[in-house]
Amino acid sequence: MPTWVQLVYLACAVCFILALKGLSGPRTARTGNIIGAVGAVVAVITPFVYLDLHHVPLILLAIAVGTAAGVVGARRVQMTQMPQMVALFNGVGGGAAALVALSELHELLPRTGDGGDVGWFTLAATAFTILVGSVSFAGSVITFAKLQELMTSRPVVFPGLPIVFGAGLVAAVVLAVLTVTSPAIWIGVVLALLGLLVGVLLVLPVGGADVPIVISLLNAFTGLTVAAGGYVLSNVVLLVGGTLVGASGTFLTLLMARAMGRSVSNILFGALRGGSTLGAGTVSDRPVRSAGPEDVAILLGYADRVIIVPGYGLAVAQAQHTLRELVDVLGERGTRVDYAIHPVAGRMPGHMNVLLAEAQVPYEQLVEMDDINGEFKHTDVVLVVGANDVVNPAAKTTPGAPIYGMPILNADEAQQVVFMKRSMRPGFAGIENELLFDARTTLLFGDAKEMLGKLLNAVKTL
Amino acid sequence: MDQAVVWLTIFVLSVFVGIEVISKVSSTLHTPLMSGANAIHGIILLGAVLVTGATTSTVWLVVGLVAIVLAAVNMVGGFVVTDRMLQMFVRKRKPPTKEDPPPATSSAAPTRGAPAPADRPTGSGGAA
Repeated sequence: MPTWVQLVYLACAVCFILALKGLSGPRTARTGNIIGAVGAVVAVITPFVYLDLHHVPLILLAIAVGTAAGVVGARRVQMTQMPQMVALFNGVGGGAAALVALSELHELLPRTGDGGDVGWFTLAATAFTILVGSVSFAGSVITFAKLQELMTSRPVVFPGLPIVFGAGLVAAVVLAVLTVTSPAIWIGVVLALLGLLVGVLLVLPVGGADVPIVISLLNAFTGLTVAAGGYVLSNVVLLVGGTLVGASGTFLTLLMARAMGRSVSNILFGALRGGSTLGAGTVSDRPVRSAGPEDVAILLGYADRVIIVPGYGLAVAQAQHTLRELVDVLGERGTRVDYAIHPVAGRMPGHMNVLLAEAQVPYEQLVEMDDINGEFKHTDVVLVVGANDVVNPAAKTTPGAPIYGMPILNADEAQQVVFMKRSMRPGFAGIENELLFDARTTLLFGDAKEMLGKLLNAVKTL
Repeated sequence: MDQAVVWLTIFVLSVFVGIEVISKVSSTLHTPLMSGANAIHGIILLGAVLVTGATTSTVWLVVGLVAIVLAAVNMVGGFVVTDRMLQMFVRKRKPPTKEDPPPATSSAAPTRGAPAPADRPTGSGGAA
């Protein structure tokens, strides 16, 4: 490899570091993403320049097809469907890594065994890439199906699943060892198939609310497979890029799990140990106090301090724009309004910020949980729109609850709480919310967009 | 130094860099960050191109081309979708061009609501 190529690869690796660095700050994020993209494009062009590649027209055609599919998907996807889009992109990346490693195993075969120059570590890295890449692919596809509601988002556990999962895992490890000791293509192929099985079984028992954590984890997995692939191919860009994603992805997964008050092992294996990660999901018939939009308009219109707690229901109803109008009108009336953003509001950490930013809510009005939790005491009205679990006091008071330990927004400390809900159905975690039955709570039933519209008109006429 | 040790060194240092650069991310940006990181591992496209460009057998050519398509979806789609998300975090003064634009009365007024009081940080707390 010529020196200039190595230097170009080094520059591309630095681009990835700068990209991640940029992405972690709101002002630098977009630039960071573009730097990353430039690094990736330059790195992909480089081998066409310095190597005499075979099949160049076919390769370019394949790149064009993938690019077109990626761009169309990325442009068409709605912001509410972002988590499944990320899952899908992650899955195809993992699948690509597994295929690359299989192909490389085929290339390496003649150079293995006695007198060969391929070390055991290279073969181990190849086996790792095949296995974990397949796990990531299959797991991401199941994640996508769960989020897209192509299948139930509840945990799927069948009798014997832990045994099948364990057996699959053991068999995969055995085959990975065989790949190192007596490499053959059929072993690699079976290893990939086992990886697919393990990936499916890994994600099936995970409840819908925990799926975002799994996406993040699988993202880190794919990063590590790409890093291992980089070692096998002796390519520094793959190694550094993959490792960066693997390390930051793992760290991000732990951050998110902590924001939800859960451990990663509990999320992955909780359902296998018997206790479902979801509650019963039954609808209660206890009495609640419901009101019409006019009553709520009076509550809001004459409040000094209002906090909005937005949830996924808001996004599903596409009501962000109407909500922002309502907040604007309240602001003009002199009411101070902020949005309290729970770290896992939406279907993915930070998802709500993206959705509200799309509705052009000023960034300054979005207040993170730790910064706003002390303010609920001094708040006249909390308006909860399409959220439930993130304000459920059971997280603090009921040790047996599935969400026990998850930090919540202290909406229960406010003078008045208004829930805007479609029905009495429990939230994503499937457990009842005591706050709904509290004397200070008013419920406003209906579609979020329609109800916010009525509320908006009612506030305007005050 | 043994070549394998050189690679191990790069790996270990990259782990620390990877954790360090994102350790102060606010939860606001978790989704775009995950999406951006997702795009970065699309660099496996480079690996797919290298492998496919070196093969001489038809079977492995097909496998390689499939890998290239998948990797290109990952890389290009990932960067484009991240950019789309981040676009929304940029406060622009021009009216939105969405299918359902909000009414003209409030299309781009940046100064609305009561001014944020000084007794709390303005929404950029760390991800403690």
